[in-house]
Amino acid sequence: MTLHLTQVSLTHANGVRALHGVDLHISAREQVAIIGPSGAGKSSLLNLLATALRPGSGELQILGERAWQLSARQRQRLRARIGLIHQAPPLPPRQRVVTAVLAGKLGQWGLGKSLLNLLHPLDIPGARAALARLDLGDKLFAHCQQLSGGQLQRVGIARVLYQAPEVLLADEPVSAMDPVLAEHTLSVLCRHAREHNVTLVASLHAVELALAHFSRIIGLRDGQILFDLPADAVDRELLDKLYANEQLQSSPVPPAPLVVQIPRC
Amino acid sequence: MLSRDTRDPATRPRLLLTLLALVLLWPGIHFSELDLGVLVASDSQSEIGKFVSAFWPPAHDEAFIELLLQATLQTLAIATAGMALALLLAIPASLLASRALSLSAAARAGHPGFWGRLLRWPVRGLLIFLRSVPEIVWALLFVRAVGLGPTAGVLAIAITYSGMLGKVYAEIFESVDQRPAHALLQSGSGRLAAFSYGILPNVAAELLSYTVYRWECAIRASVVMGFVGAGGLGQQMDLSLRMFAGGEVASLLLTFLVLVLLADQLSRLLRWRLT
Repeated sequence: MTLHLTQVSLTHANGVRALHGVDLHISAREQVAIIGPSGAGKSSLLNLLATALRPGSGELQILGERAWQLSARQRQRLRARIGLIHQAPPLPPRQRVVTAVLAGKLGQWGLGKSLLNLLHPLDIPGARAALARLDLGDKLFAHCQQLSGGQLQRVGIARVLYQAPEVLLADEPVSAMDPVLAEHTLSVLCRHAREHNVTLVASLHAVELALAHFSRIIGLRDGQILFDLPADAVDRELLDKLYANEQLQSSPVPPAPLVVQIPRC
Repeated sequence: MLSRDTRDPATRPRLLLTLLALVLLWPGIHFSELDLGVLVASDSQSEIGKFVSAFWPPAHDEAFIELLLQATLQTLAIATAGMALALLLAIPASLLASRALSLSAAARAGHPGFWGRLLRWPVRGLLIFLRSVPEIVWALLFVRAVGLGPTAGVLAIAITYSGMLGKVYAEIFESVDQRPAHALLQSGSGRLAAFSYGILPNVAAELLSYTVYRWECAIRASVVMGFVGAGGLGQQMDLSLRMFAGGEVASLLLTFLVLVLLADQLSRLLRWRLT
């Protein structure tokens, strides 16, 4: 069992209850999509799985280790085996793309190699290969501030691909891309996961993409798991229930056709 | 005037703050015994006038120019050596004092843990101590300890400036977006690596311009310390002032002007290269 959550709850520092009593088991090499309305706790769940947030209560096991009972050094070593793709990748505007991608391996490199890489990129072919898979090979030496939101998202994905983690977590990885690019990028992610025996968990706004690319779908609502089913068992009724919005009674939100996302960053 | 339509809720606080500033500043003028009247009093005016009139022409005989060149080089050397020593202490201290490298902050939405906060205090205290004693006092102390000469100036600058640089560096590190560094920490990288990949690219230009500005300040400080016998242009200035050699003073002041101008241009050049 790669990811193992038992009765996990999470309350943010501002008092908002993000997750409540979540039980979740994901085996190695599974490909799982998390869907749900805005504010359902998708990002919180992924950050928990990435050990970026500490659960308030409950038990969390990642790759067979209880992340929050390890020493800080061991936890950093565990984190190097987990890759998290951020919705708006936090990249310094003045960093070059090649450096941003190579930074994926910082958890595996020693300090000396990391600092040397800052002066001169040590693995240009590796970075170029990761970017080329996302059709971004020509931006290798551009600065991050010169890229659009969708291109930045792909740089973030290239960084995690270069990191080559055992668990790949993606928080709305294609939200700033056009439909064709989103389709392509998701299939690159899924193929990478299949070829390298990586466990893939992604949260997605676009239900169609989730159903098309992932075999297992988890519906999250109000910090709780509403359903956890194979993709072909998810029907219209379940989706309507997942996305039902009490505040918008007069104009119910149609869940399915929401494919193109406006970049939020 | 303050009818309902045009009422700005910020008016009253602004008025009160202005009043408060005036109330606080007035005693300041009183306590500093500032009296602008002395400037227009006739005898001091003629005294200043006589001194200033001796400024022209600036001294430019060969012997003095050679002396000036040597003193300038010594001043530059004092400032640069002092800054280098200060950086040796300031960089590690700023990294320790800054929250930017906190592992616990990455997992707690930017709020570092209790122990981290507690451990940062002694470092902050050290930096406060280092910069609270003026460099001229350190210089006087070191002139007694190591004798007249540039060494005292170098040590005095190193001590005071490490405190200033450390404090401001730490604040610059904290002032930029912390998310890139947090993301790196959360993917397993070490603190120093996360700092150099996540924070350094954003702060490099500001660090550089502040360091060059402090170097410029160090040049001026080394001049002041020359008056207490720490070598360089200041010592020369002291001698010339005592001998009422106005032309020499003018040459020395022109040299300061050129030095500050050069520092300014250097800072601009470096910033332009980095952006």
